[in-house]
Amino acid sequence: MNHAAENEAVENVIQVEELRASYRLRPILKGISFDVRQGEIMVVMGSSGSGKTTLLRNLLGLMQPDSGSIKLFGKEITQASPTEMRELRKRMGVSFQGGALFGSMSLAENVQLPLREHTQLDEETIRIMTRLKLEFVELSGYEDLMPSELSGGMVKRGALARAIIMDPELLFFDEPSSGLDPVVSAELDQLTLDLRQAMDMSIIVVTHDMASALKIADRIMVIDKGELVISGTVDEVQNCPDERVQNLLYRRPRKSSLDAEEYLRRLTQA
Amino acid sequence: MFPTIEKDGRTTICLEGEVDLAVSPRLRRQILDILYTGKGLTIQLTNVEYIDSSGVACLVEAYQYARKHDISFDLDGVNQAVMRVLKLAKLDGVLPIR
Repeated sequence: MNHAAENEAVENVIQVEELRASYRLRPILKGISFDVRQGEIMVVMGSSGSGKTTLLRNLLGLMQPDSGSIKLFGKEITQASPTEMRELRKRMGVSFQGGALFGSMSLAENVQLPLREHTQLDEETIRIMTRLKLEFVELSGYEDLMPSELSGGMVKRGALARAIIMDPELLFFDEPSSGLDPVVSAELDQLTLDLRQAMDMSIIVVTHDMASALKIADRIMVIDKGELVISGTVDEVQNCPDERVQNLLYRRPRKSSLDAEEYLRRLTQA
Repeated sequence: MFPTIEKDGRTTICLEGEVDLAVSPRLRRQILDILYTGKGLTIQLTNVEYIDSSGVACLVEAYQYARKHDISFDLDGVNQAVMRVLKLAKLDGVLPIR
């Protein structure tokens, strides 16, 4: 469902303020604030361990933050009931890093799963909708294959088909190009752009792939050690002098900031 | 039921607003009930602001049924919003658009 009228009053589909989250007392997100506008492609970047996955889990309501506010479509999700979250999730699609297709179901069964869970649609409509989405991700004819019979790229495309089967207003795409060759990765980039163009979908892409990010992003946010370094246009990010951003852009290793005394203490403490 | 116009033995279903999961089951039923009578059918889409995959699936099923039973079926008033979705679904060159 397109909640265009409702969304007019809510220009931002995502609004995060001072988000703090920790894991086993270790701070992971240290007061992040940002927003994502309707119809925007926001790319989230950061080195491993920067907090991207924790951020995604918080946005999906899979974990509770320590403090801060997360609003999806204007609704505060940190205090939402399971029923409210369930209704919100019908407006969202998620494509996980590994694809996460169920191994015991065929590709078609995987793709149509959200329809069976959330709707009362008849079989013919489900079949046509499934085939429309498989055609979109260029997997027509593969619907009866099991995930184990698909290549990595096909699994990713199958997962995307499942994520968009209900035409969500908001799509989360976690590391779409990991493990893929540049050609398949470029195809996924184009599918992402096509979705936004045709369906006015808001899309969050978490990725390490700088080439992809520069191609598809309306805005890029860079996270480092749980802090938001920058959230801006591609030009703003490329011109950002912050070393952390430059290291990411040009794939430079971080300089070690090891304190000799501290290091010695860690090595030798009983 | 969606409003209809009867003229010269042909029915036109006039859609408006959002054609999505909330309404597509009803639309499907209405379309099929008309096609089962053998009457020619036009779907008027001028005032449709948004159509999702379930709405598109209704149109596809209707067209396939109509072709199989030699019944006249087409789409009229396909606006930009609808055409974008039909293009994404690669149906702009498949479905009969006036």
